[in-house]
Amino acid sequence: MTESTIKGPGDPGFSRRDFLRGSGAVAAATALQTHAAAANQEGQAAGPAIVRGETTITLQVNGESKKVTVEPRTTLLEVLRTQLDLTGAKPISHDGSSGGSTVMIDGKPMSASTLLAVALVGKKIQTVESLGGPKPDAVVKAFVEHDALQCGFCTPGFVMAVRAFLDKHPQATEAEIRGGLNGNICRCGTYANIIQAAIAVVKGGK
Amino acid sequence: MADNSYSWPKAEETSALGKRVNRIDGVEKASGRAKYTYDIQLPKQLIARALGCPHAHCKIVSIDTSVAEKVPGVVHVHVFEKAKPGSEIQWQGELIAAIAAESDGAAVEGLSKLKIQYEMLEVFVDDANLAAAQAANRATKGGGKEQTEREPGDDDDEKEFVTAEFARLFKESKYVIDGFYGIDAITHCCLEPHGATVAWNGDKLLAYLSTQNVSGTDEQFADGLKIAADDVEVRCEHIGGGFGSKFAPDYWGVAAAEISRATGRPVKLMLDRDQELKIAGNRPSAYLKVKLGADANGVIQVWDSEHWTSGGATGGGVPHNGVIPYVFEPKNYRRSQINIQTNLGPQRAWRAPNHPQACAITHTAIDDLAARMGADSMDIFLRNLGTDDARRIGGAKPSVYRAEIELAAKLMDWKAKWHPHGKGAAKGSVVDGLGLAIHTWGGGANDSNCNLKIHPDGSVETFCGTQDLGVGTRTAIALVLSETLGIPYTGIKVNLGSSKLPVSGPSGGSTTIGGVSESHRRAATDALAKIGDLVAKKLGVAADTLVAANSRIGVKGQPDKSLSWKEACNLIGMRPLEVTGSFKRGTPSPLSNSTVGGVQMAHVLVDKDTGVVKINKFVAVQDMGLVVARKQAESQIYGAIIMGIASALFEQRIADRASGAFLNSELRDYKLARLGDIGDIVVEIYEPESERSRGVIGLGEPPVISPGAAISNAVANALGVRVPVLPLTPQRVLEALQKAGRA
Repeated sequence: MTESTIKGPGDPGFSRRDFLRGSGAVAAATALQTHAAAANQEGQAAGPAIVRGETTITLQVNGESKKVTVEPRTTLLEVLRTQLDLTGAKPISHDGSSGGSTVMIDGKPMSASTLLAVALVGKKIQTVESLGGPKPDAVVKAFVEHDALQCGFCTPGFVMAVRAFLDKHPQATEAEIRGGLNGNICRCGTYANIIQAAIAVVKGGK
Repeated sequence: MADNSYSWPKAEETSALGKRVNRIDGVEKASGRAKYTYDIQLPKQLIARALGCPHAHCKIVSIDTSVAEKVPGVVHVHVFEKAKPGSEIQWQGELIAAIAAESDGAAVEGLSKLKIQYEMLEVFVDDANLAAAQAANRATKGGGKEQTEREPGDDDDEKEFVTAEFARLFKESKYVIDGFYGIDAITHCCLEPHGATVAWNGDKLLAYLSTQNVSGTDEQFADGLKIAADDVEVRCEHIGGGFGSKFAPDYWGVAAAEISRATGRPVKLMLDRDQELKIAGNRPSAYLKVKLGADANGVIQVWDSEHWTSGGATGGGVPHNGVIPYVFEPKNYRRSQINIQTNLGPQRAWRAPNHPQACAITHTAIDDLAARMGADSMDIFLRNLGTDDARRIGGAKPSVYRAEIELAAKLMDWKAKWHPHGKGAAKGSVVDGLGLAIHTWGGGANDSNCNLKIHPDGSVETFCGTQDLGVGTRTAIALVLSETLGIPYTGIKVNLGSSKLPVSGPSGGSTTIGGVSESHRRAATDALAKIGDLVAKKLGVAADTLVAANSRIGVKGQPDKSLSWKEACNLIGMRPLEVTGSFKRGTPSPLSNSTVGGVQMAHVLVDKDTGVVKINKFVAVQDMGLVVARKQAESQIYGAIIMGIASALFEQRIADRASGAFLNSELRDYKLARLGDIGDIVVEIYEPESERSRGVIGLGEPPVISPGAAISNAVANALGVRVPVLPLTPQRVLEALQKAGRA
């Protein structure tokens, strides 16, 4: 009879720790030790201190100021989804390896699941919802026209990735498109249609 | 029009059926507005997270929840029934406890404070290794069958006869192939994990569930919660991935409802990413040893195989019956199956259950026969089809496969690209190769009921307890109604995704499109007949002279003898016209059918120095009877091929032999195809009148079957060496080359 002391491969699945440890995000690593501790039955006694307490901050989301209440450990993804009813960014993987929670921070595509809300005060946060509305963005329209979605769960992240990529490479060739959009995962297999959608946006000059 | 029998219009007379249109929920999904189970946020909702067992095989000795309960923000701790002290856990990731809290962080922190004692038990996860499984007592006979063309004589001992007959057949065979082939287990890996968001209103449960089975999961919740089924409503407007694993609420869905009942607050419990991969479904592995004999033309005369397969801890696996060898039906065969029980999560139905594996482990043997003969693989496949009168193949007719192979070969430019196995020109270390495989599937229509409502103002909506897995079910329903009523598909409201709507079958086995096309064509035809009678009376014409087209109902070719759709609907009266449409699975119908055939060809590039395989071009030709929503059907074929490329080249569940841990259960390690990995894919729907006239047949499963074998065969053609087990990782390619002395 043993108390569990599993290490390494016994990880039951909270993986932000490894990702953030390497990223130099000290605050993040501290806050997210909660996840790490869950992974280790052994890590209970000597775990790091957890910084507690809620604070109200203001975030710039899709051009509007939004007051939200966060803990140090609260991710942007959690804030968007649970406080702002912006559920386009999806919780597909903790560590950004799926691209499912892609948003733009000051115009750069990033995974909302790997960002702490407290660190984003003063930044411009843009979510996929800003590309919808009565006059959808060219990327959204191209996705629909080329049927570049099936179940649609990865689609918002992909739309943001394509938008960000084409903002940076408005004249992208097909080869560049195939080479530049590999940070997102689709399980239904919509890649062929996404390539066509992206090509169409380039051709349309938008 | 008064004719109340049901049929489809001819291909050249359609206005909506088979047209390329945008899906009706496209913008909603692409702009993030579509709400999935994971997105539902109810007032005062708690978030629950679960702890998966870190060990693959153990006994739970004790669980102490006292510290966890005191974590700020933690509201409720739930210990799962199967993890109560004394219980045996059979696979890693099995849920032990769930904690409901005010925030995600608090729930996870609470889980970290659970104190659990485990007693470790012996672990076995090496499902590819038959000898090891036998030594560990994990292998059991899964049945088998033998058949010979010649019958034993009255005086013959049957066993001796069969043995002698097989010996004779192999002796007489011009070519004998001894082969080994395999395919590792993969997971469903739904991007929206399994889970539920639930709320009680008094004694009634509202459950948002990520499910392929809207009409059938209310009863399952009720069973688990000991309440009446009519006190449950299951909703699923959108589902983030359903490939055969989401037919039930699962014990964690029921637990969400129990936690909600205990706390008096709505609860969301979704699996974590690695729990999704570990416990929420996988496709069984399969490994096969075969000896086959063929005549001088490469026609298989005798097949003798043994395969071992694992469906995980709960047993089962790829059966020998019906799929080994795949599609081809040699007149003499002997096949046996061994099931291997492991300490890995239990299998669930995975898109075209058993077919992709069976195809991958047997069509490779047929390609090896072609390689041995120095023949063109396509010719050998063709010679083994037989004819429609003398078939050597099951499923679709030989003539369908023949036509599809010829079409695919043209699209691939097969004859120009072909070279004998291992004899292509190399560009540096890169060689190219061609491979093909064929497949079949049933796809008959499932049960479906709908309630079609036509309002006096001309608006049309339908209510149907089906679900749209992302294949475009909403759009297909709208097209069927548009075709039948002669109005645009875009204005039609399709309500689905609730168990309170008319019952429709689960979406599994490619049965949905047939079912919903049946119910809606029937309802709309009946509704139109009723409106037609009113219009006929108004216009003073015979009802059977009327047609509905371009938003008008009237006598064909006489514009003055017609009413607009709105005017016609005005005749209904004050209240809407409501018509039900019903179809019972298995009923012979001119509207739907079953059994399709498909052919796929792959052209690959293989770098012999690195072992990396790249898809250059991939061609799929698929029969699916009558096409309803063409653009979405094509998307589904593209998607199936891309899924197939993933399991052919990248995707595998990797388990640690010592601990039983599932090592790559996060997406950074669980390799799926990415956008840059797919090459050029060409999709062609084979829809001649002979096939179209059969009616609607499901498409979800068939195109996902052949990619593994087609790609493996292409790699074998490139290298002149078989890489026996899928996925064809660089390591395996290099090992195969080394073994063959070709590195």
